[in-house]
Amino acid sequence: MKVIKIDKTNWSEGLKNLRYSYKLTGPVKGEKFYNFKELDNGEVPDLKYSNTRLSAKSIVFPQSEVMLNYTIDESKDDHHIMKEIDTDYSPRALIGLRPCDAKALTLVKLNFDTTDYKDPYWLKAYEATTFVGLACDDPSSTCFCTTAGSGPYNEEGLDLLLIDVDDHYLAKVITEKGATLLESAGWKTEAGDISIIGTKKSDAEAKIISKIRTDKLKEKDTLEIHSAPFWEDVSFACLNCGTCTFVCPTCWCFDIQDEVHGNDGTRMRNWDSCMFPLFTLHTTGHNPRGEKIQRVRQRFMHKLKYFVDKYEKGIMCVGCGRCVRQCPINIDIRSICEKMNSYEPAM
Amino acid sequence: MSGYIDKIQKISAQLLTDKKVDMVIGFRKGTMPMTNEPCIVKKPNDVGKFVWDSFCVMNLANYLTNRKEKIGIIAKGCDSRNIVNHIIENKIKRDQLTIIGVPCTGMIDKNKVNAIIDKDIIEVKEEDDNILVKGRDFEKTINKSDLLRDNCAICIHRNPVIYDELVSDQVEEQKNVDRYEDVRKIEAMAPDEKWNFFDNLLSECIRCYACRNACPLCYCPTCFVDESRPQWVGKSQEPTDIKTFHLLRAYHCAGRCTDCGACVSACPMGIDVRQFTKKLEKDCFDLYGWEAGLTIDQRPPLDTFKPDDPEDFIK
Repeated sequence: MKVIKIDKTNWSEGLKNLRYSYKLTGPVKGEKFYNFKELDNGEVPDLKYSNTRLSAKSIVFPQSEVMLNYTIDESKDDHHIMKEIDTDYSPRALIGLRPCDAKALTLVKLNFDTTDYKDPYWLKAYEATTFVGLACDDPSSTCFCTTAGSGPYNEEGLDLLLIDVDDHYLAKVITEKGATLLESAGWKTEAGDISIIGTKKSDAEAKIISKIRTDKLKEKDTLEIHSAPFWEDVSFACLNCGTCTFVCPTCWCFDIQDEVHGNDGTRMRNWDSCMFPLFTLHTTGHNPRGEKIQRVRQRFMHKLKYFVDKYEKGIMCVGCGRCVRQCPINIDIRSICEKMNSYEPAM
Repeated sequence: MSGYIDKIQKISAQLLTDKKVDMVIGFRKGTMPMTNEPCIVKKPNDVGKFVWDSFCVMNLANYLTNRKEKIGIIAKGCDSRNIVNHIIENKIKRDQLTIIGVPCTGMIDKNKVNAIIDKDIIEVKEEDDNILVKGRDFEKTINKSDLLRDNCAICIHRNPVIYDELVSDQVEEQKNVDRYEDVRKIEAMAPDEKWNFFDNLLSECIRCYACRNACPLCYCPTCFVDESRPQWVGKSQEPTDIKTFHLLRAYHCAGRCTDCGACVSACPMGIDVRQFTKKLEKDCFDLYGWEAGLTIDQRPPLDTFKPDDPEDFIK
């Protein structure tokens, strides 16, 4: 495994080189918080951040994405024919995502890349992107990645992992894609002693004090948890807004909409949320999840039970803590996970 | 504050024991600093979970809509005004409610705390008028008055306007407050400046609808943005659609908004959603001398007609 040393003095020069072959996206501080943004020429990612308000999922799965367009003008030969749109899938690099977000992409991929169905939009964007992670040395008190199948130095889903060491970065090469990026940037100096990575990794892991238990989720009976009495209490305060699902790096649901202006139509997809009543409303008017308690339960059952059972890849959560921090009324997935994991039905 | 908590718990326990109510709606301690979660208590033995501090930002009237039970509800000034709204709008009956009024000295905007500290906050304690903030390697004391939510800083109805029990003596109302400084600034803008102002305000909106769902006024069975036959508003991140949602929602709140600030507190993106409703609130005050939710004995100006109503705005 190769590790390249990048002096911080060579950082922006390397990024400049990268722009010949990649479009760059990275964390940037806005007025109130950090978010990922396509970097303008000369703009460098601000790597002094804890985490972004929204996750990195939008880089491959934008909140609104046009899929097809068409005309309803019957004088045109191709009227009412859906046509693929010309999207730019040239190489791009996401610089500085946290390992939790990268791990999340590997979970989301399970949905968009199956043997039966391959989502062309998600996959083309995913394949076009080189994921350059930034190891997390100062995790927040709401981070629980180490018990959610990830970790501050986790490499899953990444092509490169950057480790911030004072005046330089160590870049750990994880895939061929990552090696190619380093070459394009002109960063070639092989690092000598890399034992510091191990030390920093254990220091970072030790700082994560928030933990969840998931060991019993799989063996629990689905219907028993589903009918557990705690859902009423858990869901009472929920506003049924889309905050948790929209900030979540692993929530993948979308809704397809047609919009027609004049004779021109577009078919697009937009993030959807199982918290919204409209999510499950049938055309008959029936809604199988018409009540708030059903919607709240669905979100947690999906993440912490159905997903666990279906994929055998752990929970559908990477412990980034965004939903914990952003939920307007403090529904905390950590405490709900504990309720589910330790639930014993009354005899 | 601990005096408040004792009283809240005692009154709640009594109401439940006497079976005057089936449940009490209040706040319990959140899992993170600066958060409290709305909750219901149904048994006298469980009232110990009720808390009160300067982070009870949500408007509990939001949880009353169309409920059939007999309910005890803990209400600060703005919550009580929204309870009045709910009664006027037939969303709950007065005789279903036992209102436990909490004279309020303002709630804290946790975004302001985070902006000052700019580090991971592990513990926050409230002592009199000060907030003690602790992190891994720091401690800082900040005066509460520097941290108040914008709506609380200009609030002139801190005491509940309707109640059956009060947990303390009334607090002094703020006087000589300029409630509309920000609105006047926007009013003075040229049309394109205004447009840019609202464009910028909404540039981060993710359409999660937390503002709408935290608002006690937004109880429509189907919101206009969720209608599909016809579909009034597009669903994408198109700025026109985002703006349509916010502007129309604000108009639906005209003459009803109590400036409780729940929309702002709920927004995960820190958008000052009040800027949409405040102008309408000001207009209702200027045109009709109306402040929403002060009495159950008067109909709101927008569902009544008087021959001497001003009509200069109809052009």
